Amino acid sequence: MNLGNYKINSGVIRLPMQHIVIIGNGISGITAARHIRKKSDFRITVISSETDHFFSRTALMYIYMGHMKYEHTKPYEDYFWKKNRITLKRAFVETVDTEEQQLYFSDGDQMAYDKLILATGSKPNKFGWPGQDLIGVQGLYSFQDLENMEANTKKVSRAVIVGGGLIGIEMAEMLLSRNIPVTFLVREANFWDNVLPKEEAEMIGRHIREHHIDLKLSTELKEIVSDDGGRVKAIITGNGEEIPCQFVGLTAGVTPNIDFLKASNIELGRGIMVNEFLQTSADNVYAIGDCAEFKTPIGERKPIEQVWYTGRMMGEALAETICNKDTAYLPGVWFNSAKFLDIEYQTYGWVWATPRENEAVFYWEHAEGKKSFRIVFDKASDEVLGINVFGLRFSHEVCDEWLKHKKSIQHVMENLRKANFDPEFFKRHETEISENFNQSFPQLAITITKKKKRFALFG
Amino acid sequence: MNNLITKLGLVFFVIGLGVFISSLFIGTYQLNDEALKAAVYGDQGKFNTLSKATIDLRGKTFNNSHAFAKDFLWAFHQKNEQLKANEDWDNVIWDNPKELTLKAAKGSYIGWIKENRWGAFAITFVLAIIGAAMYVLPKFNEGPAGIKNNGIFHSAMKNRGWLGMLTGAFLIIFYIVLYFYPQYVVSWTLIVDPLSWGLSGGDASQWFLYGTLYTISILVMGVRMIAKYRHSAYQVVRTFSVMFFQLSFAFIIPEILIRLNKPYFDFKDMWPLNYDFFDAWSLDQLQNSGGIGVFMLAWGVTLFLVGVPVFTFFFGKRWYCSWVCGCGGLAETLGDPYRQLSDKSMKAWKVERYLIHAVLVFAVVMTAGVLYTYFTGAGTVLGINTGSLRSTYGFAIGSIFSGVVGTGFYPLMGNRVWCRFGCPLAAYLGMVQKFKSRFRITTNGGQCISCGNCSTHCEMGIDVRHYAQRGQNIVRSSCVGCGVCSSVCPRGVLNLEVKDEAGRYNQPILIGNDSVKINDLPSIK
Repeated sequence: MNLGNYKINSGVIRLPMQHIVIIGNGISGITAARHIRKKSDFRITVISSETDHFFSRTALMYIYMGHMKYEHTKPYEDYFWKKNRITLKRAFVETVDTEEQQLYFSDGDQMAYDKLILATGSKPNKFGWPGQDLIGVQGLYSFQDLENMEANTKKVSRAVIVGGGLIGIEMAEMLLSRNIPVTFLVREANFWDNVLPKEEAEMIGRHIREHHIDLKLSTELKEIVSDDGGRVKAIITGNGEEIPCQFVGLTAGVTPNIDFLKASNIELGRGIMVNEFLQTSADNVYAIGDCAEFKTPIGERKPIEQVWYTGRMMGEALAETICNKDTAYLPGVWFNSAKFLDIEYQTYGWVWATPRENEAVFYWEHAEGKKSFRIVFDKASDEVLGINVFGLRFSHEVCDEWLKHKKSIQHVMENLRKANFDPEFFKRHETEISENFNQSFPQLAITITKKKKRFALFG
Repeated sequence: MNNLITKLGLVFFVIGLGVFISSLFIGTYQLNDEALKAAVYGDQGKFNTLSKATIDLRGKTFNNSHAFAKDFLWAFHQKNEQLKANEDWDNVIWDNPKELTLKAAKGSYIGWIKENRWGAFAITFVLAIIGAAMYVLPKFNEGPAGIKNNGIFHSAMKNRGWLGMLTGAFLIIFYIVLYFYPQYVVSWTLIVDPLSWGLSGGDASQWFLYGTLYTISILVMGVRMIAKYRHSAYQVVRTFSVMFFQLSFAFIIPEILIRLNKPYFDFKDMWPLNYDFFDAWSLDQLQNSGGIGVFMLAWGVTLFLVGVPVFTFFFGKRWYCSWVCGCGGLAETLGDPYRQLSDKSMKAWKVERYLIHAVLVFAVVMTAGVLYTYFTGAGTVLGINTGSLRSTYGFAIGSIFSGVVGTGFYPLMGNRVWCRFGCPLAAYLGMVQKFKSRFRITTNGGQCISCGNCSTHCEMGIDVRHYAQRGQNIVRSSCVGCGVCSSVCPRGVLNLEVKDEAGRYNQPILIGNDSVKINDLPSIK
């Protein structure tokens, strides 16, 4: 079905038929596939060794906790793929030949591509701890990890989690849901304090302990001890304490999943090296999502972005490059979110763990210690640089607008109400926050607007 | 400690429920004059007729309600058939035979329950309520406030396991007995007599029994709902609202009206959900009840003609479906443990749209026919008998769909089967919500992670995630605005809002990516 000439027909640009092969069916690969389908008639194949269908990786924890079943985590019904002519192939790619443009699968099969998109995601970090490969020791990233965890946590009287980040606290919450006591080893002085400022990190620490998780700060893993059957029976911490346990979660970050490319001639760093158009060093080969490493990081962003949203945006940008014209990956204002047990977290712009030289910071925390608001602005220009909220919901649209247009701290503080995204009837804190702000920064004092009618029914 | 209280509570509840069910099988029956008189509300003519008809039953002792009802109904029908054959129309008894039998059986009942109604109430209702309270109240202390959905899909009760099947079977049988075999629930109505005497002053009917069970379910499970969602002011306020409307508007006020010799009237129930509002007997009764009757008539008409469009414009259909309505109230409280069982597939959505609008059309046609007959006296329109249209609707939609399937299928198909697939009022409210309302669920920019909690826990089976992951507002006619999608979202992505109508529809605002404008893309499904 070679269409020859390019022509535009009802918004779909028709290029000569090409075979687009995508390795990885996570958010990055699937977003690319969907958008390529929207914009072209190309033949699309998505290869995964993990699952037959796309599912939401971020929802793995909820399957274990019984909030959802695997089916619920699939954002599209199974008929979607055939209907949109996206071929799904369950296979493991062993090698990539970029000269011949061929993929070789572990079962001996092979496949030709015109364009190849690598979206292979990550794998859990292991730092060479003694005993890290024992039975009952694992990370949590893939569907198989979830299945392992299900098997590994039967009849467990204590679990230990190593690494105080987002996956660590998720794993702790998962184990709690099965009434398994958890010891949580965090190398740093506070939970996730390389990202979170001290106050927020301490707040989450308190909340972790409120859930009866045995949080051990400034504690490293030294060794994992085996029983006679090759199964974990204890761990030993950096200061020599032995903690008996039957399950160990290794959650000290993730690293790009690129081992299968080592024999290829694609340039690799920690991840697959790409330029701003997400092109790798090999012709017609692209990389997106967790596994891509930018030669030149964008703004303040890290060279490897391991976030749901960035994976999605890379997929969106790459589809445009493949179907229309070269389009650089150009993410807007940084944003992210998470949930730590019961406390929700949203961040917009840049809030560093320790403020930089030019930055002034205002921080408010609710008396009950489960809600907070932090705003960072430039001392000289008053321009707002970043916002952190815990236990409050803020509007992405409003925050994006403020940060994109470099609004001043006074403007943002005076319009704080506009950013509120909490459900109706929730307690509002803008007045208290504004009063505190005026006390902390009298020279920047704002006019405090009266609280609008609580039930602004017709407003 | 909490664990022990909870377990003991469960034991108390099961004992209370067990005694309640077994009570149906104790006691004996001997027909007497007072029982017959009460059954015909003291009508001397009917009494004479029935007295003669049931002469063979006198002096006999029946060991259960089934034996009594069988003979009584047989005698009743024999007599009526004979009168009809003789064209003795004045003496034919037109009362509902099963309800009449229930009243006669209550009067004929001999046994412990009758002498100890309060005692029987204590070891059934009170014990079960105390048990439920012991089970529910500790939930207020269960860890820090937050989403409590752990283990739902591992539960035999909440994931169509054996307990769910058992509960479903019990509910289905309960509704079948209530609607089609009320003559067997003699002891149940006896147990709630004291409550009925205190409210309306009269003996309890099977409908009073149903109202009592319904209200208690909403109150007890409402407290559970509040405990579960105590971190969300929206859920707490909303649950108080459905508890209030059930207790006052649906349960107490109508009974007080009866005591005051006024028509039984639920001021929040409205046509077409309340499908007998325009029945001839209803219209006559309201018109013959003086000023208050006329007010009720005007109120009932205004509510659906003006109230629905106005309130739905400002608040969305939730003002009724998840804040006021009795069916909604039961779904949001008793039904909350089953909300995740609703079918989210595209196929289910298609079935839903055909079915619910077909029921609405049926309700409108049926009511138009009934009104035509009322005003013209003609029994048929275009060859269709309006009476049988009305009774078909009452049986198929009123009893089977809304009751047996609507509630009986909670543990099998989720808690909003009736509201989603069958309720004609929901269809009407939904049309207003879809096309002329300020209500929508807003998606928070590009923050969705497609996890699926919103869709999973949507009782109406809306694939909320489909919209959220595109950054679109959720504007769906079926959304009852329960707000659970917003509560369970781990990233604060969803918010129920009333705002200017402009820009309510189809606005993908997946922000955060400056590489491409997502808005321009043709959408695929």
